[in-house]
Amino acid sequence: MSRRTRPEPVQVVKQRRDAALKALVDGVPYIGFLGVGFERRGDELTAIMPFDEKLIGNPLLPALHGGATAAFLEITAIIGLSWATLWEEIESGAVDPLALTEGRLPRLPKTIDFTVDYLRSGLPRDAYARAQVNRSGRRYASVHVEAWQDNRARPFAQATGHFVMPRRDG
Amino acid sequence: MESQKDRIARQFMEALPHARALGMRLTLLEEGQARIEMDYDPRFVGDPETGVIHGGAVSALMDTCCGAAAMSHPDAPGGTATIDLRIDYMRPATPGQTIRAEAECYHITRSVAFVRARAMDDDAALPVATATGAFTVEGK
Repeated sequence: MSRRTRPEPVQVVKQRRDAALKALVDGVPYIGFLGVGFERRGDELTAIMPFDEKLIGNPLLPALHGGATAAFLEITAIIGLSWATLWEEIESGAVDPLALTEGRLPRLPKTIDFTVDYLRSGLPRDAYARAQVNRSGRRYASVHVEAWQDNRARPFAQATGHFVMPRRDG
Repeated sequence: MESQKDRIARQFMEALPHARALGMRLTLLEEGQARIEMDYDPRFVGDPETGVIHGGAVSALMDTCCGAAAMSHPDAPGGTATIDLRIDYMRPATPGQTIRAEAECYHITRSVAFVRARAMDDDAALPVATATGAFTVEGK
């Protein structure tokens, strides 16, 4: 007679996933430099860039620097893409989340090209972004990112990027 | 002694908090051409394993350099904002080396400035990245 294995306690699952995400994000110095953080709901990530004076490009308006916006979008794309791959590997047991928290992090995808579309000027407020992986093959991936501020329906920037996926052993 | 033109260029950079935060130095600004340098900094690293600078920091450098080139064009009356910017990453920048961006505003209309740029480390023959972008042309 087969018996269903008991589902793990919710806190154990959450802790494992959050620790893996934290290890992935904390490993990248530039994410910390810009002050970008990530919130997780299941496998969905939202990137947050809290407003800071050093993100300003035009002090007269004032508006966020296009470079800060581009970097925020690229960070969201790379972490979103890595996380999508990592999620599968953690859930299937192929990757031990403990190894991640001990600093043995997966190689990150490398950007081939990145195109940013500036829809309106970035206001001096917090910014949010989500990535959508449109294709993720063994070697290449295509990712779209949207960033917004006060209104989700009015994005202030969007981007599409192509990436080379890190080589997998075996 | 600092010339008046150098002073204006330096003041332009210092007025942009994000460019200052990344330690950018404007070394050339004339008639639609701009050159900006950014030193290596461990805080800008994107790949902890190799120590390579994050693409986002290179994007910020390219965006600033392209914007400066657009504004310095003789037919540009005032400010500018990025409409779109595409960056191609040809190879990782060598950790520890300064990255230098050179931008050229190669065409300008009443409303749009077309700009292209290259970013190089010490090996100038092999660019780290190239960029093409469209920028707004704004009145004074």
